[in-house]
Amino acid sequence: MSSSEAVPAVLTRGLTRRFGALVAVDNLDLTIERGKVYGFLGPNGSGKSTTIRLLCGLLLPSSGEIEVLGLPIPAQAEALKRRMGYMTQKFSLYDDLTVAENLDFVARIHGFNSHETRRRCTELTDLYRLRELSDQLAGTLSGGQRQRLALAAAVLHRPELLFLDEPTSAVDPQSRRDFWDSLFALSDQGTTLLVSTHYMDEAERCHRLAILQRGRLVADGTPQRLAADMAAAVWLVQCDWPRHAQQVLAPLPEVRAAAQIGAQLRVLTEPGDHCRGSIETALSAARIPARVLSTPPNLEDVFVVATHGGWEEASPR
Amino acid sequence: MKSSINRLRAIVVKELRQLRRDRLTLGMIVGIPTLQLLLFGFAINMDVRHLHAAVVDQAHSHHAREVVATLGQSQVFDFLYQPQTPGELNTLMRQGRISVALVIPADFERRLAMADRPPLQLIVDGSDQVVQQAARQLAAVSVAQLLRREPGTGTAAQVEIVNYYNPERRAPMNSVPGLIGVILTMTMVMFTSMALVRERERGNLEFLITTPLSPMELTLGKVLPFVGMGLIQTTVVLLLGMLIFSVPVRGSLVDLYIAALLYIVACLALGIFLSTLARSQFQAMQVAFFTFLPQILMSGFMFPFAGMPVAAQWLAELFPLTHFVRLIRGIVLRAASLGDLWPEIAALMVFAAVMLTVATLRFRKRLD
Repeated sequence: MSSSEAVPAVLTRGLTRRFGALVAVDNLDLTIERGKVYGFLGPNGSGKSTTIRLLCGLLLPSSGEIEVLGLPIPAQAEALKRRMGYMTQKFSLYDDLTVAENLDFVARIHGFNSHETRRRCTELTDLYRLRELSDQLAGTLSGGQRQRLALAAAVLHRPELLFLDEPTSAVDPQSRRDFWDSLFALSDQGTTLLVSTHYMDEAERCHRLAILQRGRLVADGTPQRLAADMAAAVWLVQCDWPRHAQQVLAPLPEVRAAAQIGAQLRVLTEPGDHCRGSIETALSAARIPARVLSTPPNLEDVFVVATHGGWEEASPR
Repeated sequence: MKSSINRLRAIVVKELRQLRRDRLTLGMIVGIPTLQLLLFGFAINMDVRHLHAAVVDQAHSHHAREVVATLGQSQVFDFLYQPQTPGELNTLMRQGRISVALVIPADFERRLAMADRPPLQLIVDGSDQVVQQAARQLAAVSVAQLLRREPGTGTAAQVEIVNYYNPERRAPMNSVPGLIGVILTMTMVMFTSMALVRERERGNLEFLITTPLSPMELTLGKVLPFVGMGLIQTTVVLLLGMLIFSVPVRGSLVDLYIAALLYIVACLALGIFLSTLARSQFQAMQVAFFTFLPQILMSGFMFPFAGMPVAAQWLAELFPLTHFVRLIRGIVLRAASLGDLWPEIAALMVFAAVMLTVATLRFRKRLD
């Protein structure tokens, strides 16, 4: 086991996938360690789902190399299927089967015998609070209940590696918190998790994070590291007319982004204290009385900076 | 191998559970054959009766009235109109009120006596072939016979027709056995192609292909319940055909069920192939329907096979229903054995093998 522990869960080099003229995944180099919760953060269409499908062997790469759990993919995709789990973005179990029937089906597909099936299904219905729902059709479950059923089905065969494609997109906040507790419980048992999301609060929970933008890896590291290393400064502007202030500040060459948060304006600029001066000058010229405060960057700032490209690419607005 | 059979069983169990909740499909298994059998059995009848007709009697003679009365009694024609002018007659024909008109010329009596020209004229709506046939039969009968003047003399037919297998010329004898084929074509092809596309359309496939399940196991598991379904339908049609239309099964039941099973497999193979062409259940239904219509029209079920041009006959030889109609009519009506009909058996086997091979080549365990 120790030798295989040394192998990373996922390793890609130059991974590229094209759909016609569209480059969905562009020259991706990823290394994902075992036992971690690894997040894929990116806007819709940034290549998160395509990457996950490439890693599972569901799609063929246009070029580049993939190794998952030490297995070359897609050559060894069948061997990988016994060791990985996949929770799809859309609910992919059967609406017209009950919770118990769905789990029974998945267990049989994975080759469990009657005895093993019964034991594992009982275990999972208890763990994911599905016992009361056993005889209910999956199509009549709430969003959170479906999510728990889908997770139970995905981990039924105790995979070493679990892919989750935007798992909480149709779930209320409380269910999301519970769901993440379950994910960390799996992580504690040694499962490697790869979660794609576009929620900041979820991304913040990950051990490590990759930010994707138009198929490219634009940032990779722990959430704390990414925030600390961010090549930008963040300012809070307090004033009476934040919308007006936003219009004044947005065209400045130093300003990367300005977003209204309640009565305040959150302004991202290039690094350096001189930016505070630029903001204050521009606002007083526009006769907007304001206070400008420095504030530590959060993950959303990292995301905005990363997905708007580096400073060198930024076009002055 | 053992685990493969277990996975296959898991799919079959799942399919049966889903089927149990799908009331509509479940009802169609028995509902479609029953309904079709009643409809086709009672409705399809090439023996024409009660054609709407007109008579133009310009002779006004005793004999003329006698001819009209005799023809009326035969129940082939209902003389509803007596137009006075040819223009009136043409209008009736064009409006579709009549399909036949009998014209008795003014010199009817003279023509009868001289026997130099046909004494009667029958005008026929040629837009309906069946009507034409009825008229032709009438033309074979002499006016003398109609007038019942000379019973027997000189009226013996040139050729005596001996009707094997269906002496009473009952239409259900022909339509009921063929109907088994039509119903199997309709339900088997459509249900399989739709059932297979359903997993893709509803997103289940994306999960299934990340499991050790192979495409072969999935397809086979989904299709197996339909074999049982097809055999049930065959039984329903046979039983109802026997009870309602007194269609006997003269051949061996074992042969019959072997033939049905083979045809079911051929239909399922076609359905599997079609499912690889379609992206949605709706598309699958459309494609299935596209293959269904030419089969019904050209297989010999509805219209005589020998009546088609040679090119169409070659095309029809490619359809599985053509071979099954020959098989089932042979077994049910002529007490033929499978050995007698081996070319049809071979054709169905080749068809199923080709379809399955093409489908397997097209199926990928990936999303692209």
